[in-house]
Formats: sequence, C-alpha cells, structure tokens
Amino acid sequence: MDAIEVEGLRRRYEAAGGGTSGSGFEAVRGVSFSVREGEIFALLGTNGAGKTSTVEVLEGLARPTAGTVRVLGFDPFTQRAYVRPRTGVMLQEGGFPSELSVVETATMWAGVTSEARPPREVLELVGLGTRCDVRVKQLSGGERRRLDLALALIGRPEVLFLDEPTTGMDPEGRRDMAALVRELRAEGTTVLLTTHYLEEAEQLADRLAIMQAGRVVAAGTTEQVVAERPSRISFRMPADLHARELPLSVPAAVDGRRVSIRTHELQPVLTELLLWAREAGVRLESLQARSASLEEAFLEIAQAGHRPEDGGDTSAHMSTDAVTGVWA
Amino acid sequence: MSTTSATTANPLKPAGGGRASTLSPRRIRALARAELTLLVRNRASLFVALLLPIVLTFSTKTAAEQADLSGTGLSVGTAVLPGSVGMVLLFAVYSNLVGVYVARREELVLKRLRTGEANDVEILGAAALPSVAIGLIQSAVLLIGGALLLDTGVPSRPDLLVAGLLLGTLMMVTLAAASAAVTRTAELAQLTPMPLMLATFAGSGLFVPLEVFPDTLAEVCRWLPMTPVTDLLRGAWTEQLSGMETLRALAVAVGWTVLGGYALRKRFRWEPRR
Repeated sequence: MDAIEVEGLRRRYEAAGGGTSGSGFEAVRGVSFSVREGEIFALLGTNGAGKTSTVEVLEGLARPTAGTVRVLGFDPFTQRAYVRPRTGVMLQEGGFPSELSVVETATMWAGVTSEARPPREVLELVGLGTRCDVRVKQLSGGERRRLDLALALIGRPEVLFLDEPTTGMDPEGRRDMAALVRELRAEGTTVLLTTHYLEEAEQLADRLAIMQAGRVVAAGTTEQVVAERPSRISFRMPADLHARELPLSVPAAVDGRRVSIRTHELQPVLTELLLWAREAGVRLESLQARSASLEEAFLEIAQAGHRPEDGGDTSAHMSTDAVTGVWA
Repeated sequence: MSTTSATTANPLKPAGGGRASTLSPRRIRALARAELTLLVRNRASLFVALLLPIVLTFSTKTAAEQADLSGTGLSVGTAVLPGSVGMVLLFAVYSNLVGVYVARREELVLKRLRTGEANDVEILGAAALPSVAIGLIQSAVLLIGGALLLDTGVPSRPDLLVAGLLLGTLMMVTLAAASAAVTRTAELAQLTPMPLMLATFAGSGLFVPLEVFPDTLAEVCRWLPMTPVTDLLRGAWTEQLSGMETLRALAVAVGWTVLGGYALRKRFRWEPRR
C-alpha cells in the first residue's frame, strides 16, 4: 500500500488581502506521485519549484486548491486527528520559542504527542544529549535542525516528513542525519524528504521526483531518472588535429580545443574513440568519461525548464540554447 | 486501510487533533506549562501584567476620592474596583495575549504546533492560560483587597461578578487572537491593542460611570466591548442593574465574544505573511 498518494495536486496562494479575483500565484500545478510504505522518497527542485508548498499540503498544514492527497489513507487536512499521531514533521524552518531550553521544548512536544518517547532519550538519539539545558536561541543552525528532528521522531512516526533536513548542518551533521534516516527505513518508517543536496538524495532515496515550476518533470529511481540522460566524454584535442578528423559517428561539441561528446552508448563510443586514438597515435589530454549523474540530470532539467515568464536566470537560458545549437 | 500497515494504535480511532475532537487536558497542560515558562522569562510582559493594574488602581482611587459620586450610588471602592478588574483584563489578558499570539506566530511556533496532535483550540487556549490565570488571580487579589481596604464588602450579586469576570476573560482572549490576526509584526503588537484599550478607558465606565455622560454618548458607549463587563461587575455591588439591563449587558458581551471568535476563525493566520 502507498503511504502517501498525491493526485493532481494544485496549490494557489491568493494575493495579499485575499479576494477571489483569481490573482495570486499557483505554486503547485498538477502534481501526482505516490510513496510506498517503508520507502525513502526525495522531492528535488530549485528554490521556488513548489517542493515546500507540496509538502505542506501533505503535512496537513494547508488545504489543496485542487486535487487529492492521502497520507496513510486519510486526508491530512480534514482528517488530521487520524493522521497526526502517526506522522512526524520537520519543517523547513524550526519554530521553537527561543527562550525555552532544549529539554523544555522536547518536553512540551512530548506532552502533545501520544505514546511519546522520553524527551532526553530522543535528544540523545540526535546528538543533543549534552545540550539539554541550553536555550534554543543559543543553538547553532545545525543544532536547531537536530532538535527539530528529535521532535519529529518523538512519537515514533510511521511517516516522516523532512523538509530540507540538512540545510545549515555541517558535514558531520549531514552524515548523522543520513545514518538516522537509513536506520528509520530499516525500522519500516516511510520518509518523504526534500533537499538541495543531490548526492544526499542519490544516497538515500529509493525513488525521487524532480519538480520544476510547480510540476513533476522527472520521477523514478535515481537510475531511471538518470538513464534518460546522455553520458559524457570530454578531452582536449592535440593542437595539430582538427575536430573533423575525429572518427565518431556521434555529434561532438568543440569549444576551442575542448571536445565534449554526449552519448547514450558510453562504452562503444568510448571504445571507438580510444581505438582511434591508439591507431592515430593521438594523446587525448584531460580525458574524462562518466555516466550521467543525478546532478547533471537535475541541472539539465532545471535549465531546460527556465522560460522567460518564470523570471529565471536568463544567462543560463541563453547558454543552454547555445549548447543545443551545437548539438543540433 | 491495509493490514500491512504496522501500527500500534487503532487507525480508525482519532487520538485527538481534529477541530471537532475533544480537548486533551494532557496536551493543554504541556503547552500551558511551556507558555508559563516563557511568560516568567519575559520580564517586560510580566511587569505589565502584574504591576500595572495595581499601580493604576491606586491612581484611580486618588481620583475617585476627589470626584463627586453623589447620585451614582457608588462609593469610592465600588467606583474603583470594577475599573481595576477591567484593567487587569485589558493589560494582563488582552494586551499581553496579542503579543503572545503574534510572537508565537512570527517565531513559527504556531505553525510547528499545528504539525502535531494538538488542535487549534488547544493551541490558542493553552497559550492564553497563563495570562488568564494571572488575570483571575489578580482580580481575586483586588476584590479581597477592596473588601478589606476600600470597604466594598462582599458583593450582593456574586453571580453578576462571576458572569462579568468569565465573560470578560473569554472576550479578551478571542479579541486578542482576532487582533493578532491583523498584527503583522511583533513590534506592531504594541500598537494594535491600543484602539480597544483607549476606547475602553474612555467609554466603558472603567473610571467614569456612564451615568455622568450625555444620554446619546452613554448609549453609544454601552455597545463597546468592555462596557457590559464593567456594568456587570459594578452591578454586583450596586444592585442598580435591572433585569433588562443585565440581559442586555450579557448579550452585548456574548455578541463581542462571538464576533471575536468569528473574526479569529476567518482571519487568524498560523504563520507569518510571506
């Protein structure tokens, strides 16, 4: 069974002052995906892609403008009483009174959670065991994220929402977070996370979706998302050779002496290139060959999605055009 | 529901949290305790809530001693006390709570709490509890102090006293939440309580009984939120409140409370504006 089901979700923010004039901004424009029980699902996207707007609906903080959302089979907004005891939420930004201490905050949260773990136990779990009596306002950004995670875990949730859990964390914090998330999966917890760190998604997520301007533009396992992307070979041409002397049947982009080849058939193309180079006695400097990474796929999708109406980065938009020009 | 879902609780039984579900004393206690800790750590709020009403009582007492109360049926004590209780409600409950609600919203605490099991009434109610408790304790202190020092004695209509106190408190809480809804920042929370406070000072009979006003002005002032509360409190001693007047006072007080509750439901924001 799917722990989370999202079908045709739309979310519109009305312009300030409310009103029904249809003004405002549609942050989520028809998103559908599902997260299986016990799965780690990552929602990726640039800032403003609609990740948090989507997750907030799943958390039951906002009503969808259109579409349906189910968490553990219930509507998280209208049936929140059924959903809340079984979910844990880590918002993008904390939300703790700055004058309470760490343990006071956790105690408060335990008090509003059914079957809560002891506050100190869960603080220990996230590595805040020695910071119990520190006021929240004195915590570092990473420590706040740990506290937020502790609260999200206090009720042993079946479904855990993590909205950019590692933002502001140092590498050690991110490693701890990743280890914890893996442990939770081993215990059967369903995790939906959004993140800016693609390698994090690559390492952790069973499946992922990439959002762009309010829509899901790619979804599946990392392999599936990346598979549609070409692999890349690049090297520097010896000064005495011209690009047209290259034997390759695939299109190559030449920028000065730098040659890039993008192909869905990495091995045969690379073989052909290397055999040619050996026979011709050519030395290929700075030779690189790599399969598409999630990061590449992500950047490509993000750039392709930039249209002038999105007010995006026009220089990125231009350079994408230039590159496609060469490939064509 | 799939049977594979590993859960200890019966998934069909809500553990609370819905708008319609019952209130949980455990959750309210946890939230109110945290809020009390915060109130104790906020020296400025604590000062305003604890000391200001007492200080103002002494200054109005001095003024009342010099005023001509003949024909109002009031003594110095019964002229001052209802106003003092009114001020407690304004400062300790209303004004203080506007600040609390706005601060919690701007710190994203309200949003965070809504991701948990506590329902909306519990979240707002528990945040109000420490202020309400301080308001009621102070009122009790003032009433006892009045009986002992200002010879007000025991009110002959304690039912009116209780009705005025409870309705006034509930009204102040809902109006505070409604005021917080139109307050954009924590700084502005110093300002937005002013209209109600000034209107109350001027026209709700806190210091000056409405009887001394021209009739039309007095009539307008009777519709202000705190006027019925003052009337009920004062009536507890003077017994000059007729049955009709009592009903009208109750109706106006309930009306404002309902209006505040409606505005709060329609307009209350659980997170800062973007």
